Amino acid sequence: MARPADQFARIDRLGALLVAAGAGVLACLPFVLVKANRIVPGVPRSLLASTPPPGAWACLAALLLAAVVALVIGKPRLRLTAALVGLIALALAVAAAGNTLTPPDNRVVRISPGPAFWVLLVCLGLMATDAITRMRPGPAQRVVWLAGFLAIAILALGSGTFDHLSVMREYAVNAERFSREFARHVLLAAGSLGAAIVVGLPLGVVCYRVPRIRAGILGTLNVIQTVPAIALFGILMAPLGALAAAVPLAARLGIRGIGAAPAVVALFLYSLLPIVANTVAGLDRVSRSAVEAARGMGMTPWQMLSRIELPLALPVIVTGIRVVLVQNIGMVTVAALIGGGGLGTFVFQGIGQTAIDLVLLGAIPIVALAFSAAVVLDALVEVMDRVRR
Amino acid sequence: MRVATLLRWGALTLLVTFLLAPQWFAPVFAPLTEYGAPPIYDQGNLLVLALAHLATVCLAAAASTVVAVGLGILVTRPSGREFLPLSRTLVNIGQTFPPVAVLAVTVPLVGFGEKPTLIALFAYGLLPIFENTIIGIQTCPTAVLEAASGMGMSARQRLLSVELPVAMPLILEGIRLSLVINVGTATIGSTVAAKGLGEVIIAGLLSNNTAFILQGGLVTGLMAILLYDAMVAFEKRVLRRVRIE
Repeated sequence: MARPADQFARIDRLGALLVAAGAGVLACLPFVLVKANRIVPGVPRSLLASTPPPGAWACLAALLLAAVVALVIGKPRLRLTAALVGLIALALAVAAAGNTLTPPDNRVVRISPGPAFWVLLVCLGLMATDAITRMRPGPAQRVVWLAGFLAIAILALGSGTFDHLSVMREYAVNAERFSREFARHVLLAAGSLGAAIVVGLPLGVVCYRVPRIRAGILGTLNVIQTVPAIALFGILMAPLGALAAAVPLAARLGIRGIGAAPAVVALFLYSLLPIVANTVAGLDRVSRSAVEAARGMGMTPWQMLSRIELPLALPVIVTGIRVVLVQNIGMVTVAALIGGGGLGTFVFQGIGQTAIDLVLLGAIPIVALAFSAAVVLDALVEVMDRVRR
Repeated sequence: MRVATLLRWGALTLLVTFLLAPQWFAPVFAPLTEYGAPPIYDQGNLLVLALAHLATVCLAAAASTVVAVGLGILVTRPSGREFLPLSRTLVNIGQTFPPVAVLAVTVPLVGFGEKPTLIALFAYGLLPIFENTIIGIQTCPTAVLEAASGMGMSARQRLLSVELPVAMPLILEGIRLSLVINVGTATIGSTVAAKGLGEVIIAGLLSNNTAFILQGGLVTGLMAILLYDAMVAFEKRVLRRVRIE
């Protein structure tokens, strides 16, 4: 027989916190908001008042199950399963609310997920994240899970189940533009990263070999980082505009004062510091003995660099690339302000029209992109570190 | 070193002079304008905007420092250990959130103006401080901790006179990082009508006036660099005091 104190100690404190938060918001805050159109404030509805009874009760049962598991069960696998069941139930309930509350043939009414939905989503997400963290998945496993989650999310959104929810309504209106801006967002982030690698890697090697110029170059790149993104975009508009006016070939190549050109150049400049700094740091980390051994074998400096030093420095360099890619995906958003396109277009349009759904249509994919890039590149760095050992 | 110090004082003087008497610099910016547009921002007082910008940044950083250091202490106590793995993961996930997205999502919740900017800066500033607090406390050598316990220190005394002072350099570094990032990020706040230097840049973007953009960008950049230097100097001072004790 366990003593009462032991029983109490077995209650998971993180679980208790999450359950208290989840139960509190479910009781006090609206589950969905019904708006007469896309910009007016919504009328709050609770879970039971927005979803037909059997569905609502089933969702509550699933949430209760997740809560019980969160409180008393310690096994990460079971906790993850319960959290996922809760998440699926929550998603289906909000979809059902959308279908029920939308009057037939009405394209103006918007059903938005309310605060209770978002907080529950965060609570269940935290529970799942905590379980995954405790399971300590390897790099390959993390990437597989990420791919699985993304595939399920895309399939679910594509299946039409959620079509009556406000964000999906915005998507339906902007579907064609969405794919275009999405592709553009990725292209801008990856393109400037590519250019920064091509220039930054040799620059880093030179900085490493010639210590005299190291402080100067890194200092300059550091200063560039302090200039805010919108200002740097703006500052570059003038010289690029002048270039296009003076050199017809540049204009024909698409270089103009507004649009993608200043965005790419600015992102490229921002990207240089992490890549150059990490290349130097990575080369610094290569052990003297490895270099001496290579020299003893009669390798030329070029061979030493390409066969010994760069491969050994690679994990640190890829860490720099991860920083740049995540940072770029975020910063491309701001490029929309100068006509650079990308998902930021929806964000700023949404801010301008006070249409939160449009903001989310831009913001959610940006966060998903940045998060996926971080997971994949982190896994890559981990694999490289292991191979190195 | 001498040259660097001189450069810094020069930069500070330049910044202060520009903010106090921007009209003196009109000839410098005039070649950047077209069709007789004003070379110096004229829709508000630059000094007021710069101070508002700085106030927003410092207020947000102060709030993030209190919360982040508090949370960092909490999850490194024996009673808070359960939260440590999750909070680490959350810090990693949080760092992938672009500040614009945070800003954009806060606007509908609290309305336009300073509030969403403060919230976004606060949330964004939490991460470096929280992470550095945890690393600082966790890397405190076990021998030192055991010595402290051996001297009969209570857990509270140990935290206040051993763990926090040892972690102090890293915590201060975290605060510096979040301050400098915030100076730049706060300019985006002007897209949601917060008072700050972003206003100057956006006015320049809207009226196609490069002089405005350059002024806003340069003042913000200079402020970030000087703030960075000031924090480094402050850190050295604090560390010297801690070491003497």
